Amino acid sequence: MVKHRLQRNIQYGILVVLGLCFLVPLFWILLASFDTNAQQGIRFPNFTLDNFSAVLGDSGNLRSFGVGVILSGGQATLVVIASVLAAYPLSRYEMRFKKSFLLSILFMTALPITAVMVPVFQMFLYFKLQNSIFATMLFLTSSSLPYGIWMMKSFMDSVPIDLEEAAWIDGASIWGGLRKVVAPLMLPGIATIAIFTFSGSWGNFFVPYILLQTPEKLPASVTIYQFFGSHGMVEYGRLAAFSLLYTMPSVVLYMFSQRYMSKGFSMGGATKG
Amino acid sequence: MKRKSKGAFLFLTPSVLLLLIFFIVPIILTIYFAFTNMALTGSAARNLQFIGFQNFTNMFQDPDFRISVWRTLVFLIFSAVIGQVILGFILALLMKEKNVTFRRIIGIIVIAGWVTPEIVVAFCMVAFFSDNGTLNQIIGWFGISPVSWLFSFPMVSVIIANIWHGTAFSMMVYQSALDEIPKDIEEAATIDGANNFKILRYITIPMVKGSIVTNMMLVTLQTLGVFTLIYTMTGGGPGTSTQTLPVFMYNQAFVNYQFGYGTAISLVLLVIGIVASLFYMKSMKVKV
Repeated sequence: MVKHRLQRNIQYGILVVLGLCFLVPLFWILLASFDTNAQQGIRFPNFTLDNFSAVLGDSGNLRSFGVGVILSGGQATLVVIASVLAAYPLSRYEMRFKKSFLLSILFMTALPITAVMVPVFQMFLYFKLQNSIFATMLFLTSSSLPYGIWMMKSFMDSVPIDLEEAAWIDGASIWGGLRKVVAPLMLPGIATIAIFTFSGSWGNFFVPYILLQTPEKLPASVTIYQFFGSHGMVEYGRLAAFSLLYTMPSVVLYMFSQRYMSKGFSMGGATKG
Repeated sequence: MKRKSKGAFLFLTPSVLLLLIFFIVPIILTIYFAFTNMALTGSAARNLQFIGFQNFTNMFQDPDFRISVWRTLVFLIFSAVIGQVILGFILALLMKEKNVTFRRIIGIIVIAGWVTPEIVVAFCMVAFFSDNGTLNQIIGWFGISPVSWLFSFPMVSVIIANIWHGTAFSMMVYQSALDEIPKDIEEAATIDGANNFKILRYITIPMVKGSIVTNMMLVTLQTLGVFTLIYTMTGGGPGTSTQTLPVFMYNQAFVNYQFGYGTAISLVLLVIGIVASLFYMKSMKVKV
């Protein structure tokens, strides 16, 4: 089986090369963040934490992280609440327009939100909503709601109905059954959707860039861009440190969500209708 | 055991309201504004004039529009279809039945690019492609003189950046699709003397065809909406060489203040998105 061995080794070789290609761009940000004289190329850093302390010592930066947490956290909370409520009748009841509603939801999950940003900006102007963190949060909630409802419904479909029926027999209301029986059993699903929503929004630059204007209301995704654009001579070390700090929540949350994703990675439950 | 109930749909109210106000209304507004002369902001929004198809006539005569449609197509084909879908499949295929630790390490590296927010991806890539950047350092070791990638090959740079950012998604989709193929089918084919290529062509690919098509549509839709990566890497430049439709739309609406025209471009994007979305749903063969 010499031929077979050779084939396997070639495959390992290709994977190593591809892996290195994926690794190299990330490598720069890791090295530069610990280097006070960082340039655009890779170089051996002098390993200080100065960049991080400079970034974290700036109250504007800290505030933008705070705004990001409020914006994305609020959005994730609203998406979870609205999608649990919506998923319940979709999963548990027969309704006349259910099929068309679900198909519309699925359809909306795929539409590129980029396409509506110009009219949304106009709409915000017209209703005097521009530069409002709360209104931006509501728009973001709506844009991620279709996916949230779709996933939540498939999670809910996997919770057996007998438990609820037992609760009803014991005198629980529909609302009580949802709150005390279904929601606790769905915690992994709820956590997955919350994490997914938070991360997507945490990394979203375009929406807050269009809908928010004043510096103190901008989340980290937008301040990071201004950092890049406004400092004529870009301080690469600080930019890298800021980027790394900003990327951390996404990485940590992703690792966290891996625990909940017992069933590997399928199309967000889309395979089960 | 499903029950009928009159009050159940009330649970849908918050979602329906949100979707109506912030999802459906903007789409209706897109259609409406696209036929107006909306310019600047505020006061102009109040005395709108309906100008029929003027925006669209201008659009189809605008060489910038035509070129940005072309750029969008190039970006879609090379970074979504050829890049992410094929590279993701190759990665998933090569990782099959390999050493677990090794698989995990490669997986983590590829996924790292996907978990990283788009704007950070843009910085990493600008640094990577810049004149004194990593790529020129690497080719320098082989005695090749530096190339100003972002200036000479801007489209290639943004395409590679998007592949780097998006491939992990396709890889994960294909990994779980490949995992569902029963082992004994491939083993039986091997015993019958089929070589690797034949197994791939006649067994593996046909069995995951569904997820290949669905994922391709989804990745195409995601790539169609890519704005941040291109805007922050090149701003659509140099000149208009990386100005895809979303960037063109942004420049018309928020740089030149031609909102009516910008919205007309949005509408074109939206229509492409709707058509692609319908194909995506068709490919899913979803049962509701």
